[in-house]
Amino acid sequence: MAVKRKIKNNNGSAANRKRLLRLHVNGETKEVAAEDNKTLLEILREDLKLTGTKHGCEVGECGTCTVLIDGEPALSCLVLGVEYEGAEIVTVEGLKRGGAPHPLQKAFSDLGAAQCGYCTPGILVTAKALLDKKPHPDREEIKQALAGNICRCTGYTKIIEAVELAADGEAKR
Amino acid sequence: MSRRNFSVIGKPLPKIDAMGKCTGETPYANDLEFPRMCYGKLFRCPHPHARIREIHVERALALEGVYAVITGADLPQKFGILPATEDEEALAVEKARFAGDPVAAVAAVSEAVAEQALKLIEVDYEILKPILSIEEALAATDESERIHSWNRRANVQKAVSFEFGDVAGGFAEADEVFEDTFFYQGNTHLPLEQHCAIAVYGPGDKLTVWSSTQTPHYVHRALAKVLGMPMGRIRVIAPPVGGGFGGKSDPFSHELCAAKLAMVTGRPVKFTLSREEVFYVHRGRHPVKMWIKTAVKKDGTLKAMHFRSFLDGGGYSSYGLASVYYTGALQTVTYHLPAYKFEGARVFTNKPPCGPKRGHGTPQPRFAIEIQLDKIAEKLGIDPLDLRLKQLVEPNTVTVNGLRVSTTGLRECIEKVAAAADWKKKFRKLPDGRGVGFAASAYISGAGLPIYWNKMPHSGVQIRLDRGGGVTVFCGSTDIGQGSDSILAYAVAEEFGLSPNDIRVFTADTDLTPVDLGSYSSRVTVMTGNAAIQACGKLKTILLQAAGEALEIPGDDLEFAEGKVRSRSYPKKALSFAECVEAAEAKNGTLGATGSYRPPRHPGNYKGAGVGPTPAYSFSTSIVELQCDRDTGEIKIEKIWIAHDCGTAFNPLLVEGQTEGSVYMALGEALMEEQVFRKNGLHKFPSMLDYKSPTTLETPEIETILVETNDPEGPYGAKEAGQGPLLPVVPAVANAVYDAIGVRIDEVPITPDKILRALEGRYKRITVPTFDFPAPIKWQPGEGIEVQQKA
Repeated sequence: MAVKRKIKNNNGSAANRKRLLRLHVNGETKEVAAEDNKTLLEILREDLKLTGTKHGCEVGECGTCTVLIDGEPALSCLVLGVEYEGAEIVTVEGLKRGGAPHPLQKAFSDLGAAQCGYCTPGILVTAKALLDKKPHPDREEIKQALAGNICRCTGYTKIIEAVELAADGEAKR
Repeated sequence: MSRRNFSVIGKPLPKIDAMGKCTGETPYANDLEFPRMCYGKLFRCPHPHARIREIHVERALALEGVYAVITGADLPQKFGILPATEDEEALAVEKARFAGDPVAAVAAVSEAVAEQALKLIEVDYEILKPILSIEEALAATDESERIHSWNRRANVQKAVSFEFGDVAGGFAEADEVFEDTFFYQGNTHLPLEQHCAIAVYGPGDKLTVWSSTQTPHYVHRALAKVLGMPMGRIRVIAPPVGGGFGGKSDPFSHELCAAKLAMVTGRPVKFTLSREEVFYVHRGRHPVKMWIKTAVKKDGTLKAMHFRSFLDGGGYSSYGLASVYYTGALQTVTYHLPAYKFEGARVFTNKPPCGPKRGHGTPQPRFAIEIQLDKIAEKLGIDPLDLRLKQLVEPNTVTVNGLRVSTTGLRECIEKVAAAADWKKKFRKLPDGRGVGFAASAYISGAGLPIYWNKMPHSGVQIRLDRGGGVTVFCGSTDIGQGSDSILAYAVAEEFGLSPNDIRVFTADTDLTPVDLGSYSSRVTVMTGNAAIQACGKLKTILLQAAGEALEIPGDDLEFAEGKVRSRSYPKKALSFAECVEAAEAKNGTLGATGSYRPPRHPGNYKGAGVGPTPAYSFSTSIVELQCDRDTGEIKIEKIWIAHDCGTAFNPLLVEGQTEGSVYMALGEALMEEQVFRKNGLHKFPSMLDYKSPTTLETPEIETILVETNDPEGPYGAKEAGQGPLLPVVPAVANAVYDAIGVRIDEVPITPDKILRALEGRYKRITVPTFDFPAPIKWQPGEGIEVQQKA
């Protein structure tokens, strides 16, 4: 076993110097000092403590880290925070409306569409982007929209039903 | 048990933790952080089989930002999930046994620095010849070719042999004997959450470990053993787990190293595995080669079966001892089998160790049996459903290998799935390229024995009543998404006439919650449900006495309903639940109670009879309808019907969810998922893009039919739902491919290349090794122990 008691801070080199970013997340403007090579996922989770956004692979293969950037689903593990100053970023924490759950959140909860719940945040924001553009998608359109989000628990059945239920609920509002 | 009108059980309620998961508020292990926390990474051996001559960590330690580096010498105590086969080390001491076997661990100020430090660790290896297949393992019998030194026969971890009933007689009576070989490729759980563990040491020489584990109690035991610390000084907490499927059931190196590094650095240490590491850490489905010989009469009656399995275990034992038994245990539970011989062997290979994945050791033999039955039915000119219906295991009977079957809904499952899928109109009648296939199966609702031999309960529940009427439930069970926290709330709410939202549930914390063995073997609903009902029963006695005195009503006229304790005959005479608790606390003092559960014994009393028993067997049937393209070999699943005997649907929404998830996972195994390795021991597809798993586009419509049998051993009659429904789907796909295009693929995954080879007559039958099995343990049902059965 080898242990060091005193260590120097490793943040001194030029490559690691931080830049002050102004990010618009969930309707609020946040200032965060981050290295240029930090992904949006890392900034959201580590600097802004928005841990609702999860990670499953960190190389853009599973859809778990999906957030909305200017209304479009984006894999936050594949983009850098520094690229998105001025953009509107929405994470799962930004889905509630005035403290009440978004119809998608309610439908996912009521129908058992979240089992382990780990893929759920990414799927919810992807489904929101779909419903914002197309309030009454058919089943095939829902499947296409969610094809990049892997879920290992549900077999997608209840997820698709929940998106349909939320769409129906929105229609009745 | 008579059916009751339930207020909570059987209702499609949301899970108590569902909204937290939909708002992002639920904290998973990797969402936790602590002041002064540092980050750990494992240095993994890049060779499949290598002796470690020397390790140099000086350069890594000299890197700015590195706190500590440990090696095998710091944690030499061997461990393993099963006490009989503890052959793992937190960090390999003398030898690395698969590419990815951890050799050293680093703690540093950031993950990036820890990764840099890994590159500075230098290991001098003596490269050894790797063993990468079952055949190579069986051929490498020389002592010099051993992967482990402790096991009896070189590279055979365990070989077992049993003979139940008159097997020779059964074969002698046969009109036809069918002999087939099968191969079930290995695959992995692929939970979305990468494993994560965080350890904090202190204050007061106490260690706390948060880990994304399905089995905090077993991690607790392993930490105590490896660290040489009393269990009382260690606390293990499993936060909500982001998917397990069996892959987070072993104690792992990253958990042990997090603990050790927290102790040596005096800082909280967090390890989060990369996705690539998750593919190597694995412990998934064993690749299994199978040979099966079955004796039948002309009318299809089964007379005897001889089954052999060869499991490719990987570099360590893990759950393998249980896995090998499981490949032989449940053959007898679905159809009446008067004589049965089973021989199984698990070998060591220089690949990541295999362990339990959804269905643990039983999907492979089920694949073999159900395809062979399809072949038998075809040859004898009998509908495959009729072949099975004429010889189903009856309720309240004992199988030839000593398993007691209490209730079975298999007949109803077959009839209902056939009606829903319109089987008679489709089987052998659909146009070329389109087909239907059927299969059935059985699974356990919890293992009958614990992982380590003891006489204590398998599950404990503690309930505390607050004088404000609050109910708090404590239980060691671990919610991995299946809804085990909700099951506790439903049971307690049902007993006290409350709403599940009135119940607070604390689980999976070894300091606070009584032991539950963990979320494996589909045991949780049956065992924690029974324990919770027992704890509630003790409190209800006290509450009823106090309420009876306060209301001046005899106890037997009182009921718990709608948040009250009230008179059955004059419902207006009532106390609120809170008033009742107050009265009882005034009379009896602080209110709390415990309940516990231990599974009943089975008649089998031979060595090896511990694997297979359960409180109750679940049964499933599936029909798959698919299209198969003769030009491309592509399969498109049109629809899957699944019927599942769940005893009682505790919450039909959750049972459906478990069933649909099982079907989905089965489909991945049937069509695309495989955990395969290159000649250099490296994984062929250690990424989610290359290791294909079904997306929304490949997952078909699933029609779920729940069959209820109300099992006397289950809480409110419930059995399992989380694993069993996976089993019939895989062989049903293979049988449907045959119905569609007339070729048999006797292995999974059934990929287009295999179909095209089969269509061109180039598909090679599976070869199964020859092996000198030990002399069989012989046993007859009459030799068993008497078992008390619940009515």
